[in-house]
Amino acid sequence: MFDGPSVVKALQECGITHVIWLPDSAIGAWEKALTTAPGLTLVRVCREGEAFALAAGLYLGGKKPIVFLQCTGLFEAGDSLRNVVYDMKLPIFFLAGVRNYYAHQEGKTLDSCPVFTEPIMQAWKIQYKLLDEKNTPADMVAAYRQAQAENRPGAVLLAERDL
Amino acid sequence: MMMTQKDAMTVLASHRGERIVVTTMTAAGIWPSVSQSPTLDFVLLPSAMGHAPSLGHGLALAQPQRGVIVVNGDGCTLMSLGNLVTLANHPANLFIVVMDNGLYEVTGGQTTAGAGRTDFAGLARAAGIGRTYKFETLEAWQKGAAEAVSGTGPALIWLKVEGRHGQKTPKAPWPMKEQVARLRQALNAG
Repeated sequence: MFDGPSVVKALQECGITHVIWLPDSAIGAWEKALTTAPGLTLVRVCREGEAFALAAGLYLGGKKPIVFLQCTGLFEAGDSLRNVVYDMKLPIFFLAGVRNYYAHQEGKTLDSCPVFTEPIMQAWKIQYKLLDEKNTPADMVAAYRQAQAENRPGAVLLAERDL
Repeated sequence: MMMTQKDAMTVLASHRGERIVVTTMTAAGIWPSVSQSPTLDFVLLPSAMGHAPSLGHGLALAQPQRGVIVVNGDGCTLMSLGNLVTLANHPANLFIVVMDNGLYEVTGGQTTAGAGRTDFAGLARAAGIGRTYKFETLEAWQKGAAEAVSGTGPALIWLKVEGRHGQKTPKAPWPMKEQVARLRQALNAG
């Protein structure tokens, strides 16, 4: 179960200092918890490409950022992600919501987002874990810690219900 | 007389103080020859299109006491105008210097979509950045730089500079891995 308080607790366990986000419907429900959490700063960007560059700057300056975005934003942010991960080789971590994931699995949507999200992640060679309704924020913590221990970028994809 | 980019950056270098300076594209090819504090320079090459100000914004949020200057082109600025809104919403000690020559110089000198028309100071003010400056000549920039690059950001400084055709894409003077390690060490960032 992912909700605002449990996600905040997970971020605090990871020592995250800044959440840079452009939310979707599911992630957006965490806003109140993220804005009131001690030790966390929520940074609102206009477009997802900004988010990865801003996270890179925070990392260079000694902070521990994470990026939250929707799969559509992941598609938009490709150039920025490429630069941060492959040119700068920074261990940036992000969470991307996969809208209509379940409807896609059941053949009940024409939404192309869930069709392309995992192939895009694989194309960018980003190690990720898909989190569905059986998972908890503890699984995000584990994925984050593993990526940090290996000093590499990483991500979790959050399977979302229909819009 | 319109400024050359090297003249403009020479003036900026004399006022940067202890700030981090992020350069990209054309500026990245010139800045290392005028900078006197390379330890605090970060040349964003290879880059992502239009995202140097966002990287500088993150640095400024992380290092508010030190401050950051991003030297960006007009073409780069146009590629990600939203970061002006993001900066206004999350104010940080960041100075964005827009070197406006109306050209995509690194690809040989093609005209930008906003050439001769776009008011970058006006865009910044409309986004919510109250402190903006515009300098169209070297003399004016020399007189105004001390004030423009003083105190804390956010601020946007718009410099009208000469365009050059037939330039080659600049190369990073140092490997990225070395730059990342050097800057993080200088900032005690781990």
